Amino acid sequence: MVRYFTRLRMRRIYKWGGRPYIFDRKLKSYGFEYLNMSVEGQEAVTTVTPGQYILIEGNDDEYPFVAKLLKFFGDESHKQKKALVQWFLRLSEVPQNKKLLLGRSPHPQEIFYYLGRACDNEINAESILGTVDVQHVPEDTPFPEPGTKDTLYVKLSWDTKAFNVLDPVLMQDTPASTPPKPALPLFPPCASPTATPVSRGPVRRALPTPDPTVMRRAGSVSDTRATMSAGKRSTLEAESIHSASKLSASKILSAKRRGSAADTPGVRKKLQLSIGASPGKKMTRADVLCELLDEEMESEKVISLKLSSSVSHSLQHGCSLSPMRSGCKTPNGQRRFPWKLSSISLDRLSPTALGEQDLSSDLLLAVIPLALEDEVFEAGLPTDAGSANTPKKRQATPRRNYVREQKATTPSRRKESAMAIRKPALGVLAEEDSEDSPMQPIALTPRSKRKSAQLVSLRIRKQLNLLDNTQELISDGDDDCFVPSKKDLQSSSDEEKTDSEEETRGRNCKTSVRTPCKTPSKKDLQSSTDEGKTESEEETVVRKTRGRNCKTSVRTPHKKPSKKKDLQSSSDSEEETMVRKTRGRNGKASARTPCKTPSKKVTPSTPRHATPSIPSRTVPARQPGNILEEARARLHVSSVPESLPCREQEFQDIYNFVESKVMDGTGGCMYISGVPGTGKTATIHEVIRCLQHASDMDEIPTFRFIEINGMKMTDPHQAYVQILQKLTDQKVTADHAAALLEKRFSNPAPKKETTVLLVDELDLLWTRKQNVMYNLFDWPTRRHARLVVLTIANTMDLPERIMINRVASRLGLTRMSFQPYSFKQLQQIITSRLNKVKAFEEDALQLVSRKVAALSGDARRCLDICRRATEICEHSTSHPSSAGLVRMNHVMEALDEMFSSSYITAIRCASLQEQLFLRAVIAEFRRLGLEEATFQQVFVQHRALSRVEGLQPISVSEGLAVCQRLGACRLLLLEASRLDMLQRVRLNVSQDDVLYALKAVRD
Amino acid sequence: MSKRKVKETHMPVGECISQVQMILRERFCHQRLPEKPVGMESQHKHLLELLRRTAVHGESNSVLIVGPRGSGKTMLLNCVLRELLEVKDVNKNVLPVHLNGLLQTDDRIALKEITRQLNLENVVGDKVFGSFAENLAFLLEALKKGDRSSSRPVLFILDEFDLFAHHKNQTLLYNLLDVSQSAQAPVAVIGLTCRLDVLELLEKRVKSRFSHRQIHLLSSLSFIQYLDNVRSQLSLPQDFPDTNFYDEWNDGIKVRHFSSYPQLVDVLQRHYNSSKDFRSLHLLLMLALSRVSASKPAIKPTDLLEASRVCMVDSKANILHGLSILELCLIIAMKHLNDIYEGEPFNFQMVHNEFKKFLQRKSHSIHNFDKPVVIKAFEHLQQLELIKSMDSSTAKIQKEYQLMKLLLDHSQIMEALQKYPQCPTDVKQWAMSAFG
Repeated sequence: MVRYFTRLRMRRIYKWGGRPYIFDRKLKSYGFEYLNMSVEGQEAVTTVTPGQYILIEGNDDEYPFVAKLLKFFGDESHKQKKALVQWFLRLSEVPQNKKLLLGRSPHPQEIFYYLGRACDNEINAESILGTVDVQHVPEDTPFPEPGTKDTLYVKLSWDTKAFNVLDPVLMQDTPASTPPKPALPLFPPCASPTATPVSRGPVRRALPTPDPTVMRRAGSVSDTRATMSAGKRSTLEAESIHSASKLSASKILSAKRRGSAADTPGVRKKLQLSIGASPGKKMTRADVLCELLDEEMESEKVISLKLSSSVSHSLQHGCSLSPMRSGCKTPNGQRRFPWKLSSISLDRLSPTALGEQDLSSDLLLAVIPLALEDEVFEAGLPTDAGSANTPKKRQATPRRNYVREQKATTPSRRKESAMAIRKPALGVLAEEDSEDSPMQPIALTPRSKRKSAQLVSLRIRKQLNLLDNTQELISDGDDDCFVPSKKDLQSSSDEEKTDSEEETRGRNCKTSVRTPCKTPSKKDLQSSTDEGKTESEEETVVRKTRGRNCKTSVRTPHKKPSKKKDLQSSSDSEEETMVRKTRGRNGKASARTPCKTPSKKVTPSTPRHATPSIPSRTVPARQPGNILEEARARLHVSSVPESLPCREQEFQDIYNFVESKVMDGTGGCMYISGVPGTGKTATIHEVIRCLQHASDMDEIPTFRFIEINGMKMTDPHQAYVQILQKLTDQKVTADHAAALLEKRFSNPAPKKETTVLLVDELDLLWTRKQNVMYNLFDWPTRRHARLVVLTIANTMDLPERIMINRVASRLGLTRMSFQPYSFKQLQQIITSRLNKVKAFEEDALQLVSRKVAALSGDARRCLDICRRATEICEHSTSHPSSAGLVRMNHVMEALDEMFSSSYITAIRCASLQEQLFLRAVIAEFRRLGLEEATFQQVFVQHRALSRVEGLQPISVSEGLAVCQRLGACRLLLLEASRLDMLQRVRLNVSQDDVLYALKAVRD
Repeated sequence: MSKRKVKETHMPVGECISQVQMILRERFCHQRLPEKPVGMESQHKHLLELLRRTAVHGESNSVLIVGPRGSGKTMLLNCVLRELLEVKDVNKNVLPVHLNGLLQTDDRIALKEITRQLNLENVVGDKVFGSFAENLAFLLEALKKGDRSSSRPVLFILDEFDLFAHHKNQTLLYNLLDVSQSAQAPVAVIGLTCRLDVLELLEKRVKSRFSHRQIHLLSSLSFIQYLDNVRSQLSLPQDFPDTNFYDEWNDGIKVRHFSSYPQLVDVLQRHYNSSKDFRSLHLLLMLALSRVSASKPAIKPTDLLEASRVCMVDSKANILHGLSILELCLIIAMKHLNDIYEGEPFNFQMVHNEFKKFLQRKSHSIHNFDKPVVIKAFEHLQQLELIKSMDSSTAKIQKEYQLMKLLLDHSQIMEALQKYPQCPTDVKQWAMSAFG
């Protein structure tokens, strides 16, 4: 905390240029001609127009996403700025297992035209970092020299399956290199370079403004010795690691991309990372920074070259940028420029320069807090990758470990963030302008146009290299910073706080918080800021960071909202703890959500660490020993067959339905009906298995599968609780869960993956107001929900019967009915389950299947009968091993056991008086002409009958006892016994059955 | 007998009697399981095989044991469990969970009980923490985590299974049966019930998950077997310490003794006709046993006859013996009203009028009671539940006009009158006369 300075905040400001020119009534959106980006307090404005190539915030600072801007639009309120883009992919974003398809080593600045549909092409305009130059390289011409770092090259397209030669037409419709938009004053280098590097540095960089707090934090964090060392080790090694992390990230790319595009959650992370990282490495002191910067400058070049993995020029620029921080200190305008240009890029660069290992770890770390904010709810995946990447750092700095833990908790984020970061980096690069042409807006691709910029970047690189060497010394400081990262989260999370608050807090908390500063570059920044560099510089930095925070927070309302609420609701002081707690939720620390449900703590609940489990057996279960046992094991309903025969059509329909929704990122409902035992749930599980396999193979985007069962909850409203718990591992009350889910599904969120929700036994979710069902079916219709709901119930007309109109309407007409199995299908099912185990005679199988098909078509019943038949077969022979095939007679016996009514046997086995009483009942019924009589009446008959039979009449008490016994077996239906003699008696069996049974007895 | 120790020990008769009483009482009160369940060998084998497969192979199963009350369902199950747990491998590998529908009257309680008996981790001491929903989720999660080969099989024994089917949504049954039909921790769900229509109580999806194995315990004992059972129930075990006493006792209940007393055979036949189950037999034998003492060191046929008389006696007739003359007169008045109005309900005024008519005719034979006294007697009859109010209790009707019904049969009244000590002849005649 000591290291934090209070500064003015800077923030990227986005404004529409020109008047809205289109109003789309359908979407209620306005189109805009261009977008002006500026940094608060700075004159410079960057203009982005459709057709330009832009960098978009992603999780990876170094490699922001690249895309071509197609269109701007905003909503009516002008609050949301959106853009349509055509994505480009970096090689690192291509799934690892597909990279080989390229067949050659990629050019460092090569990108691919993205033809897939998995990524949402609508992004939040406020995630745009800047412009970049993209050139189309004809297929046969070689790539230009990698020297120009600002330009990316497109040669091929990627359609998620293969690389294809890019049709030049695709690239032509927009100018290959967007001309710089001079229209607006970009970042004027106006600021006095010496005093305030930031201001001086043509503030373009300011756009991606990292939060100052972050910067500070990073500075405070200052340790990075380890990182430094790591960096030193070998850039190559670092690279490899880094790339590795990317790769892993890239797997999730498509999904991430969507998310990032929508919300660009990664941005924040990037900023932090970048800021934190670079400064982190640097000593908190400005002096150190200066030195480091110089070193970095030098090193940068090298690094950029080395960083083949990151490769793209833009990336390199980014690298150069990182040195720019150092540049801040250095009087050279150039340095500052790059620095300002892309804090993000700097981050990247710096880490890369330092040592990719460190970077990756840092990035991850930095990302984490962001991720935490955004993803707290989502993050269920424990990934320790981050930690794995950065073992060195941990050792060096315990705090980092801490950070890592956070990461670990939200691993998915990490990856995502990493991805996101990459893209923005490019943007940053673009923003860089050479000092010489301060006027040049960000839009210009720096490399080609400005040589000065290149020079700067080179220098920065050099410095970075130097930094790497020096940073080791500095590394100690970082630890402090890490803890606060939580705070960052907080700050970011509460968007609503006033700026002033933010500032102060940011100073105090955020800086410390953000500090994933592990990357030396961050440290540099911080240190520089700390040192009292011109305020303007710091401001910009601050703004950047804050901007990130703000953005992220703003952008990712959906995911966060619940959290936000929590946070807001609690007092600021509490916030920290709360954040921690929330973190705990994600991760290991505490399973509970502290903020909202404090009551829970009070009430005794299941012990915290209770893990549900059944004790394990001491002796392992015995395996089936002979054919019959083997057959029995295979026929058990619980054994999962390799395939589900006889449901191919249904399988295909459901598969197509879910797959299309997952691919499109849309939502929908499906209603599946069928009598019990027709394979509804099994088919869906099979579909999900296949889809999950497909998504593992990267054929479709990843998705989450959640299953709830109306029968497995105590109350319909528990559905919310269970869904939320399975989504986010939170335990909250039903009402709260409903609110959280509502938010989650109604707000756009970054890189949200599609959720497939299976609701089994839907009819049990019925409530009087039907609000549970209403919500379940309403969420998928929300634009950002990405929710696919599959519902199962037994009755075909459930929607018509129990649902009120508005619920039935939302359920839609996508219905499917599972017909009961026919005997052939049942036979096939048994045969496929037996899978060549010869245990049954063909005829026996046919008998079972015909019998079951005629009765219910319930496959479970069919399997149970077969199983019972094997038992009978086994018992019929003296030696279990000598038992042969299951024959007709065994099956018949099993069928008899299961289907025959026991009433007749029960009557035959009843005592004489009981039988007599039954006859008396029938006699009395006949006399009365009614199917009901009182005990008194029947007893009179009974007495008469017993005289006829020559039996001694029984007393009333005995008679009542006989009657009660028959009633207990439900051969008779009786009124409550307190009515004594007046209780009415009815038969629960048909009179014919009784007479038949009794007749047989007498004979 | 050959196995007995050669050396014969002698104990005082009193000692022997107390030994006999202890052994037989344990037997009759179902505190000790019989060596082998009688008359249900195939069922025993079926159930044992089934549970053994669950215990040894981890195969999930579900089964219902159905039989009338007293037919030995619990005894069968306990025998099987005892046998199962004697196997060494199985002993420590199964977790039996006993539930009773009369105790666990809803799923919440049942879940807590299951959790407690399984000693899951949310049990602290004797208390189960967490809400109903949490408990359910916890249990399901626990069962889900298990798998066939590695987790201990759980035997869920649901006594009075039909009562569980009345729980809301049959949540517990659904979940238990669902577990038994899916690849989770191996479970065996064993339901005990006396209802033959229990499957109809299950909801269709619960029913579908049930394996439809039913073990019916329907005894088809012949009377000869019944007599054998009586003997075996009364006979002493071979390890009885005093051999002389053992021989005498067992000789005393040999067949010839029975058959030499046709009365005894009749009584037993009557019991057999009434019900074949062991519980009523045990009741009879218990009464006979209690008449054994040191001075009468053997069960005599007369003991059984006396015991049978006690068993067969009509409870309401006993009550009638304790009534006052006035109350008896009211009962007779009610009987006449029933005759006149063919079972329609009556009220106090009608009964009182009938009673007054009798008094006018035979004023000399019985004291003329005031109306309040008669009302009191009437209320007493109501308390004894010999008459029952037909109105809902909420209705505010004067006592005198509340509609009542008589809960006695004519035969019971007449029988009581015959046995009533010193009953005035007028009253008897009034009771027997066709018209009041």
